[in-house]
Amino acid sequence: MPSPTSNEPIIRFDRVNKDFGDLRVLKELCFDIDPGERVTLIGPSGSGKTTILRLLMTLEHVTPVKHPDENGGVIWVEGEPYSHMKKGGKLHVANERYLRRRRQKVGMVFQQFNLFPNMRVLRNVTEAQVHTLRRSKDEAEAKARDLLELVGLSDKIDNYPNQLSGGQQQRVAIARALAMDPDILLLDEVTSALDPELVADVLAVLRDIAETTSITMLIVTHEMGFARDVSNRVMMFDQGVIVEEDTPDRIFSDPQEVRTQDFLRAVLAE
Amino acid sequence: MDGWSNERAAEMFPMVFEGFVVVLQVTAVSGVIAILLGLLVAISDQTAPFWLRRPVNWIMQFVRNTPLLVQVLFVWYATSLYINPEWTAFVVGSAVLGIHYASYTSESYRAGIEAIPKGQWEAATALSLPRHRVWLAIILPQMLRRSTAAVANWLIAMFKEVPTLFAIGVLEMLAMVDRYAGLNYTGYVEGYTIAGLLFLAASYPVAVATRRLEIRLAKSNF
Repeated sequence: MPSPTSNEPIIRFDRVNKDFGDLRVLKELCFDIDPGERVTLIGPSGSGKTTILRLLMTLEHVTPVKHPDENGGVIWVEGEPYSHMKKGGKLHVANERYLRRRRQKVGMVFQQFNLFPNMRVLRNVTEAQVHTLRRSKDEAEAKARDLLELVGLSDKIDNYPNQLSGGQQQRVAIARALAMDPDILLLDEVTSALDPELVADVLAVLRDIAETTSITMLIVTHEMGFARDVSNRVMMFDQGVIVEEDTPDRIFSDPQEVRTQDFLRAVLAE
Repeated sequence: MDGWSNERAAEMFPMVFEGFVVVLQVTAVSGVIAILLGLLVAISDQTAPFWLRRPVNWIMQFVRNTPLLVQVLFVWYATSLYINPEWTAFVVGSAVLGIHYASYTSESYRAGIEAIPKGQWEAATALSLPRHRVWLAIILPQMLRRSTAAVANWLIAMFKEVPTLFAIGVLEMLAMVDRYAGLNYTGYVEGYTIAGLLFLAASYPVAVATRRLEIRLAKSNF
């Protein structure tokens, strides 16, 4: 699925560290993701998967490394430094203004939906189109209606989020993220907070989006069937490092590492 | 001193009622200050730079932890001595009362802001919404919903403390009773009874309405 014209990774983690207090959750982490790739991150809780998504959404910031030009510790997106900015030919930790500009191409869907409860469904999807991307109200509404139809919620446009089921709320959240035309979509355990019978609808929407768009996706999930169907690469994390990575077929049917085998056995036994 | 007299009560009523109107006027002015200044303090507590937040917090702590009566007397004498002796007791008293209660309402607003789930801020960040928009469209509406009832209760409490301004000569009800009784050597009991009943008549319905509002907000979709 990577677009043939581009040979540059859309995301590059170059020896990225992330500490929470004394705990180092990511350890000199390196990986590249090509445009259009769908990568699923798996691993036990606390292995750093969600932290990777939160770093890309700039909800967390990398732990600075001295002399990033030589020593790394930098996230790159679309060939430009992302966690850092170039100033006088050197890399410096990015300031809020820089991050605000850069993160517009990244969208995120959260485990807890995080819809705005004071806005109706339609406005949840138009708000940032109008106020971040400066689209006209008509344009934003047209786009929102299209996306809400795509996620199967055309009839809920005038409802408030708490009048919807969890699965419906999550589909609105997906529409809200897509409305920003992201190049990169981060899916953070998007079905974990849902009742089991609501999971399928959400996954169906995401499968549809994976098939019909070329958005690069990073997925943290415990839905192994979904991971297998949608992703072209799976990365297994443990204690802040990549233990193993491979195609989903290979990693699910023939994992090489003991930690991967143990993890998959535990998850699939659920 | 003689006993209760209905005639005297009737005779006093218009005067005390005049004081009651002053009480309402003070409440209106102080109420606006308490509502808006409290909001400003609560927002600046989240957005202003450290060097501004710190002293504002300090002042609010100080205001909350010293008696209103002392504040009223201090500011009244201090302003007339050092700033402008022309300022009336009504103006100074209303301002002090409003600022005093802003120190409480700001805490209710602050609690309303802090009760908003972290995910709301994160979603706003993920959508790159401009900061002013985050406040206007997401944080303030959710915060107001949570803190309106608490702020209304502070305003009722404030209303009942307007008689403190008697100390600096605001012509509220106690001053009116005092004036009548000073001339006639009697009427305290009738006057204070009327004042108490007027307070009750005004604050009870408001308290009931606040309670209703609380229930309605708890039930609403948003």
